[in-house]
Amino acid sequence: MPTILFDRIDEPGLNTLEVYERRGGYQALRRVLGMTPEEVTNEIMESGVRGRGGAGFQMGRKISFLPHGDMEKYLVCNADESEPGTFKDRELIQKNPHMLIEGVIIAAIAGGIAKTFIYVRGEYSKQADILEAALGEAYGAGYLGERILDSEHSISLVLHRGAGAYICGEETGLLDSLEGKRGNPRLKPPFPAIEGLYHGPTLINNVETLCTVPHIIRMGGAEYAKLGTETSTGTKLVSVSGDVQRPGNYEVELGIPSREIIYGLAGGPPDGREIKFWFPGGSSSPVLTKDDLDIPYDFDSLAKAGTMLGSGAIIVADERRSVLDTAIKVAKFYAHESCGKCVPCREGTNWTHKMLDRIRSGEATPMDLDIMASVQEQIIGNCLCVLGDAMAMPIGSMVAKFRDELEAEIDAARERANAAPLEDVVALGVADEQPDDMGGPRFSEAGSRAGA
Amino acid sequence: MSSGGPVPVPRFGHGSRVPGWDEAVDLTKDPAVVPDPATTPVPPELRETIEAAMAKYPDRRSAAIPALHAAQQLHGYCSPEAITEVACVMRLTPAYLTSVATFYDMLETEPRPHHHDVYVCTNITCSLLGADELLDAVADASAGREDVHVRSFECLGACDIAPMASVDGEYIGPLTLEDAPRIVEDLEAGRPVLEHKQLRYRRSVDPGAAASEGER
Ligand SMILES: Cc1cc2nc3c(=O)[nH]c(=O)nc-3n(C[C@H](O)[C@H](O)[C@H](O)COP(=O)(O)O)c2cc1C
Ligand code: SF4
Ligand code: FES
Repeated sequence: MPTILFDRIDEPGLNTLEVYERRGGYQALRRVLGMTPEEVTNEIMESGVRGRGGAGFQMGRKISFLPHGDMEKYLVCNADESEPGTFKDRELIQKNPHMLIEGVIIAAIAGGIAKTFIYVRGEYSKQADILEAALGEAYGAGYLGERILDSEHSISLVLHRGAGAYICGEETGLLDSLEGKRGNPRLKPPFPAIEGLYHGPTLINNVETLCTVPHIIRMGGAEYAKLGTETSTGTKLVSVSGDVQRPGNYEVELGIPSREIIYGLAGGPPDGREIKFWFPGGSSSPVLTKDDLDIPYDFDSLAKAGTMLGSGAIIVADERRSVLDTAIKVAKFYAHESCGKCVPCREGTNWTHKMLDRIRSGEATPMDLDIMASVQEQIIGNCLCVLGDAMAMPIGSMVAKFRDELEAEIDAARERANAAPLEDVVALGVADEQPDDMGGPRFSEAGSRAGA
Repeated sequence: MSSGGPVPVPRFGHGSRVPGWDEAVDLTKDPAVVPDPATTPVPPELRETIEAAMAKYPDRRSAAIPALHAAQQLHGYCSPEAITEVACVMRLTPAYLTSVATFYDMLETEPRPHHHDVYVCTNITCSLLGADELLDAVADASAGREDVHVRSFECLGACDIAPMASVDGEYIGPLTLEDAPRIVEDLEAGRPVLEHKQLRYRRSVDPGAAASEGER
């Protein structure tokens, strides 16, 4: 298995400039100083590297969207890492901060950018301290500042610490937060590449994406593209956690079977237990089951399976776990983190959480599952950013794939709570009115679309 | 409460079932304007920190979070005085800064006489591995200790050491219920908290080896 980002990652002192330079650090930058920005962009384009933060957009294309010409452009590195299950950026920042700094500088040169920022989530205070120390060293050595290494490029880098809000990982929420406001996402378009930070064109990339940049330059874009699959090139850090024997970050070549990551690298669930469900790409990705373990781990294969690679975080739950418990955690998280700007997300996340809680307290009927499914459908595509979708997709997948179990939970909880037997409730005729097909909105066309 | 009749819906003092908008404000007062430097004393170190932060950005407003954070360090929480001081230095209204402070989980707008922040993660992975019981145990262990502020938190980005907690920013895990009282003891004694379980000693590659190393 090729090791690129995690090469010598555990070497003591790798976070210092001295060791990093001794290991070939900042050589890629020196090379870039002899290239034109177009040549640098071309290498990145040729590598085919796709964003590692969640959306999987090609980095080279994003750079090419930046307008040319003499204007104040910005680069923002997204180190807000708060997608539940994800802990790879943390590792890169604390173990190899100079690799990130070098990547930021090279990307800035490619985009003709002079002012750069790294937005680190506030909770990563120790990691930010390490990065701050590295930043000082990089300025001291002339890699940052006026006319870096006596070239014509002047690049500044500011470390910005957040204060705890998942939504600030969403790129436009992050921009508002960096401008000193509440982190509410903005309407797109305009996309940040056209109008972003302080209204200037802005390149936003994830920590891991930027960390690959020095390696792309070192190896050459074409060589990098040979790794992975045709449309998902390179290696990816995968954070594996939950019911596995060896939780941790693993660097894999994109396209290897998921089973190899979960069982081969992370050891699978302890005591030979079976997997019940797993999130392939953080809590926002629709769940898969043990029947899906042979899906290749890359952007397109997972998309084809109706889910997504997301941030590359696998969370495994074994046969002992209750789907309901996890669903409640997921819904509660998104309800807490919704910024409240759009109604479907603010209300939908909150009510989904309440409906799931009602299952546990014995107040729910199977009809609630249909209502819940319809709420998810009405969130998807109707919000300003995709935080709403990020709850609707996993919850929708859990209701669809584990309906029997959830219905059993409803029955059991009603019994515990001494609620009226379900037959009596059904006899009232409530449940009968539900159409029995699974697709489409549950409310009658006439009712919900009146006046539309 | 035994009569079996309908249980009354709990209401707030103003008669409504939802909290009021009038709690934090004095409706008889004019809205607070940008504080006058002549009449608003600001501790010099705080002023210096905020001014240094403002100088780092093309737009001074970008320093809002770092400035509020510094004021919170000084005052314990984003108190009205803290907000006024930041507003005075940054030339912004207190309302603007309050809107920022209330958005972020790590900025506290309620009094908090605590010196230590213990965040217990109760998100997906941690709760699969027992975080909810752990949170109760840590809360029990710190009951009555004024200086320890325990709260549940969303995923802290360390699910590899689940169930875990952040104690004043130091990540520790995987934790057992027996660790709960030791966290509080270590804090009391001023020692590094559960040092052998701190994330910084964990290897990135072959993390399995780190677990056994950590147990020495
Ligand atoms: C709700 C939400 C949260 C997000 N959180 C993060 C995050 O913590 N880190 C990150 O890199 N990207 C996050 N993203 C994705 C960013 O919006 C953006 O796509 C990404 O930073 C672009 O960088 P990339 O192209 O290198 O992946 C989030 C998106 C959404 C909708
Ligand atoms: S979808 Fe949710 S988080 Fe995103 S802008 Fe709307 S309310 Fe805010
Ligand atoms: S779920 Fe607890 S650290 Fe991620």
